[in-house]
Amino acid sequence: MTPVAKANIDKASTNAAKQTVIDTVEDASTTPDIGQPWSELGLKADEYERIREILDRRPTIAELAMYSVMWSEHCSYKSSKVHLAQFSENTTDEMNEKLLVGIGENAGVVDIGDGWAVTFKVESHNHPSYVEPYQGAATGVGGIVRDIMSMGARPIAVMDSLRFGAIDHPDTLRVLPGIVAGVGGYGNCLGLPNIGGEVVFDSCYQGNPLVNALSVGKMRIEDIHLAKASGVGNKVVLFGAKTGGDGIGGVSVLASETFDADGPAKRPAVQVGDPFAEKVLIECCLDLYAAHVVDGIQDLGGAGLSCATSELASNGDGGMRVWLDRVPLRDASLRVEEILMSESQERMMAVVEPARLEEFMAITKRWDVEATVVGEVTDGKHLEVFWGDELIIDVPPRSVAHEGPIYNRPMNRPAYLDALQASVPDDLARPGDGEGFKAALLALMASPNLCDKSWITGQYDRYVMGNTALAMPDDSGVVRVDEETGRGVAISTDCNSRFAKLDPFAGAQLALAEAYRNVATAGAVPLAISDCLNFGSPEDPAVMWQFAEAVRGISAGCKTLGIPVTGGNVSLYNQTADVAIHPTPLVAVLGVMDDVARRTPSGWKIPGQVIYLLGTTADEFGGSAWTQVAHDHLGGMPPRVDLDAERRLGEILVNASRQGLVAAAHDLSEGGLAVALAEASLRNGVGARIWLDEVCGRDGVDAFTLLFSESAGRAIVAVPRSEQVRFTDLCTSRGFAHASIGVVEDEGRSLNVQGQFVLPLDELRTAHTSTLPAIFASR
Amino acid sequence: MGIVVVDVMLKSEILDPQGQAVAGALPRLGFNQFTDVRQGKRFVLTVEGEVTDQVLAAAREAAETMLSNPVIEDVVSVRAESQAVMSQAAESQAAESQA
Amino acid sequence: MRIGVVTFPGSLDDHDAHRAVRVAGGEPVSLWHGDDSLRHVDAVVLPGGFSYGDYLRAGAIARFAPVMSALIPAAHGGLPVLGICNGFQILCESHLLPGAMIQNDHRTFICREQRLRVENATTAWTSDFATDDEITIVLKNQDGQYVADRHTLDELEGEGRVVFRYVVDGPQAHAAVKYDRFASRNPNGSYRDIAGVTNERGNVVGLMPHPEHAIEEGYGPSLDGLKFFTSVLKSVVNA
Repeated sequence: MTPVAKANIDKASTNAAKQTVIDTVEDASTTPDIGQPWSELGLKADEYERIREILDRRPTIAELAMYSVMWSEHCSYKSSKVHLAQFSENTTDEMNEKLLVGIGENAGVVDIGDGWAVTFKVESHNHPSYVEPYQGAATGVGGIVRDIMSMGARPIAVMDSLRFGAIDHPDTLRVLPGIVAGVGGYGNCLGLPNIGGEVVFDSCYQGNPLVNALSVGKMRIEDIHLAKASGVGNKVVLFGAKTGGDGIGGVSVLASETFDADGPAKRPAVQVGDPFAEKVLIECCLDLYAAHVVDGIQDLGGAGLSCATSELASNGDGGMRVWLDRVPLRDASLRVEEILMSESQERMMAVVEPARLEEFMAITKRWDVEATVVGEVTDGKHLEVFWGDELIIDVPPRSVAHEGPIYNRPMNRPAYLDALQASVPDDLARPGDGEGFKAALLALMASPNLCDKSWITGQYDRYVMGNTALAMPDDSGVVRVDEETGRGVAISTDCNSRFAKLDPFAGAQLALAEAYRNVATAGAVPLAISDCLNFGSPEDPAVMWQFAEAVRGISAGCKTLGIPVTGGNVSLYNQTADVAIHPTPLVAVLGVMDDVARRTPSGWKIPGQVIYLLGTTADEFGGSAWTQVAHDHLGGMPPRVDLDAERRLGEILVNASRQGLVAAAHDLSEGGLAVALAEASLRNGVGARIWLDEVCGRDGVDAFTLLFSESAGRAIVAVPRSEQVRFTDLCTSRGFAHASIGVVEDEGRSLNVQGQFVLPLDELRTAHTSTLPAIFASR
Repeated sequence: MGIVVVDVMLKSEILDPQGQAVAGALPRLGFNQFTDVRQGKRFVLTVEGEVTDQVLAAAREAAETMLSNPVIEDVVSVRAESQAVMSQAAESQAAESQA
Repeated sequence: MRIGVVTFPGSLDDHDAHRAVRVAGGEPVSLWHGDDSLRHVDAVVLPGGFSYGDYLRAGAIARFAPVMSALIPAAHGGLPVLGICNGFQILCESHLLPGAMIQNDHRTFICREQRLRVENATTAWTSDFATDDEITIVLKNQDGQYVADRHTLDELEGEGRVVFRYVVDGPQAHAAVKYDRFASRNPNGSYRDIAGVTNERGNVVGLMPHPEHAIEEGYGPSLDGLKFFTSVLKSVVNA
C-alpha cells in the first residue's frame, strides 16, 4: 500500500490504531458521496464506477480494498485474459483426454496412468525477489508448493528458473546469492528435491531479475481436491500460521508497478516465509485428505484472505459468510483492510462438513497447527464478511474473483523490430580453423549462461524422498511416483528469451519445443505444459504485441504437439523505466515414464558406443550463444521451428529409451552441437572422437556452422554397437535425418573433432567450472 | 511485568563465519574502524511480576540448559532489564514501522 | 528385527530411513516424537531433516521431545541408535555423543556425493564394513561443521571413537569427471575431518552424511549405505 493510500484510508477509518470506527455496509448505503481512495489503491475511474454499479451503492473501505487487490493485474490477469483465452480455445478433445483439471484451478492435473494423477505449475515471484532476494525467492517457492498442496497432492519436487542481469554487475552480486539461498533454504527445509531449472544471465534483467518456481505433486485420481465452497452449513476453516502485516498490498503495489531507474524508492512490506511451518502444513494436509474430512480447499497466496474467500465462494454454488474478527492475528494492531489483504505465508482455508469438523480439528491439533472456524457456506449468493456484528463486506463473489476488468490493450509491432531482424549475424567474423573453433568452444563453455552451475545447484537437496532418478545438469528432472512399478514423470523448464526478442511467436514455440525435446530426451512421453509468461509493461503497445504473439505461438504449438496448457502464470511490468526485459515466455513440459529406471542420462560412459546426430543443420545464428559470447550481438531471426519434426524426434527418443537402444541422449540447444558434445563428454569425464565431414556434405554447411549453429529439432545419442541397426531403423521408419558422427572414446581423455581440434577434457572442465566460483565463492 | 535479557555468544575458540562475513562487509560501507565482529544471540524473557533473584536464577538455568549449547556457546550475561528501557525501544520500533 | 524411525515435526528423511531398513531386510517402525514409548524396537534411527525448523539450534528442541525421554536411557542401556545429520545433531545436543555442529565454514548449504573412510568397523552400525573401507554416500546440510574442544577430540581419536572421516587426501570418486571444489578440503570445515563418531560402548553412532540415500540403484551414488542397516540387523540378532 502506498503511503498516500494508507493516509487516505486513515482518513476514512478515523482511528488508525484499532477498529473503533468501521466503515460498514450500512454506512456505505447512507453516505454515498464521500471521497474514496480508489485511485491510490490502483483502480481506474471506470472500474470504481463499475464497483458502484455492481453493489448499487458505494463500496465500504474493506470492499474497496478487496476489489482493488483482486482486480489488480497480478490477480485478475486483466491485460492478459483476452489472449490467454487462446489456450482453451486451441485445446482439442484429444488433448483434453489426459487432463483431469484444466486452466482456472490452483494448478492443472494430468492423468499419468495406473490411477495416478500429477499436478504441476510454474509461477513467478519476480518483484519481491528484487526487493528482498532471500525472502522473495523463498516465499516464491512456498507459494507454488501451497498451490500444489491445495489440489490434494503430496508435493514431490521443485525446480527453479532464474534470470539475472550481467554476471559481473554489483547488483547481480547483491541479488543472486540471496535468491539461491532462499530457493534452497525454503525447498530444502520442506524436504522437496530440487531436480532442475535454469540460470540465465542477460543485462536486460538487470533491474528485473526473474524467479520462476515450479512444483509438482502426486496423488491418486480420486484424491483430487478443488477450491470450491459448497454445501450450506459447511464450515470455513482457516488454518496454519497467524495473520500478520506481511506484504500488505504487495500484490497490487509490487506486481503492477515498475521500478524507477534509481531502484525501489519505497520498501513495501515483503512476505517472510517459515518453511518449517509449511512442512508441518504439508503433513497435516495430507493427513486431512487421507481422512476425507476436507470438502474444498484453497491456499492463501497473493491477496490473502480477500482472494481465498472470494475464490472459494465464487467457485461454489452458494454464498459464504466470514467473521473476520475470528482470524488469529500475530499483530493486534492490524486494521480490517490489512487483515483482508495480508499475505502472511503458510495459511490454508478449508471447507469442512460440520460432522467432520471434530476429526479435522483433532488432526490439526496433532500437528500443532492452529485452526479456526471463521465462516460458513450459506444459501445466499453473496460473500458477506463481518467484523463482530458489523457487516463490512457484502459482494457477489464472482464479481471479485472471476469477473474483473478485461482490458484489450493496444498492441503494436515494435518500431525497432524490422531493423533488429535485418541485423543478421551473417557478416560477423567467424573463426576459420580448428584452433579457432576450439577457442570458441572454450569461450562458450566458460560463458555465464553455459558454464557449470554446481555452485548454485549444490545448494539444493536433490536426494530427499529418495525418488530422484535424474536431475540437473541432465536434460530434465525425473522423479519416481510409484515405488512399486517405477512409474514417474519428467519435467523441463526452458526459454531462450533472445529468440523471443527477435520473434516472440517463434521464440515462444522454440521454448515449447526445447522443453518438449528435453523431456523426450530423458525417455518420457510429453503430456502437458505449464507456462510462466514474463514480460514488460502491458501499457506499452510493443510489449503487449510481444505478449500476444508469444501466447499465439504457444497455443498453436501445443495444438500441433497435442499437449494442453494446464495452467500457468503471467508476470507483467518487468521493466525499469522504459527498458523492458526480453519477452520471456517460460514453458515447463511434463512427461510420463512407465519406469523411470529406464531414463536416459545425458552423458556417455562406455567407450565404443556410436554417437549419432539426429536432425539437420542449417546456418542459423540469429540470437545464438556464439553471437552473444563472441560479438555481443543480438539480431536476425531465430532458428526455424518445425514442430512436426520435434514430434517425430520425440517419438524416436522415447522409443529408443523404451527399447534400450540408447545409452545416453542429449538435446542440442544453446551453443549447438559443439556444446552438446562437450557437455556429454564432461558429464562422466569420458571423451569422444568426432567426424563432421559426412554431415557437412549432407546438409551443405561448413564445419563452423555444423558445430555452432542452433538449428532446432536436433539431439545426439550414444548407441551401443549391438543396437545400431535397430536404432537406425527407428529413425528411417520416421523419415528422420540421422548420421553417425563419432564414437565414445576414453583413451585420449579429450573431445577429438577429427581434422579440427583436440580438446583435453581437463582443459574443458577447468574452463567450464571456474566461472561461477570465481565470482561468487570468494565472498 | 518483568524482563530478563540473556546474551549468548559462541565460545571464543569457535570460528564464527557469520561474524567474519559481517566484518568483511562493513568496510565496503565505509566502516573501517572495526577490527573484529562476533555474532551472538539475545533472548528476551518476560515474567509476570518483578524480576527477583529466583527469576534470575531460573533464567540462568534455562540459559545453560536450553538457550545455549555449552559445548560451543557461553552465556555471557543474564540480567533484568528495566521496564522503561524495554518499552522505549519497543515504541520507537513501532513508530518506525508505521511510517 | 524392528528398527524404529523417529518423526519429529520437520523430519524429512524419515521416509527414506524406512525404505533403507526395509531394503536391508528389517521391519521399520514409525515412532512419534510426542510418544514416550519406543514400541519395543530393537534399534532406533534419528533421521535427517530440519526438526523444529532448526530453531534455536539444530536439534536443540527435538532433544527435549517425549520420545527422547525413553530413548536416552535405552541408549545408555545399549540400544543401538543411529543419528543421521539432524539426528546426529540431536544426539550431540542430548549429550549422547560429544561435540556439536555449527554452520558449514563456507556458509552455504552443500549437497554432494561424499567419500568417507570407515575408521571403526566394530560399532553396531558398521560391523559389516572393514576398517579403512572407503565408501561414497550423500552429504547435504547447512550446519555440518563438527567441532569439539581439543581434549574431547584427542579422547575420541585415542579411543578409536571416530567412526567416519571425510576423505580429502587425493581425488574423490568422480573428482576427475565432475568439478569438485572440495577436492582438497573437507566439505564443511569439521575439525580433524570428522564425519561421524560413536559413544564408548559403540551402540550409539552419529554421522552427518546420509547412508539412506545410497541404498537403491539409480537413486544415489552407490549402495554403500546398505551396510549400515545390515550391520545393525546382525548386531540385533547377536544381542
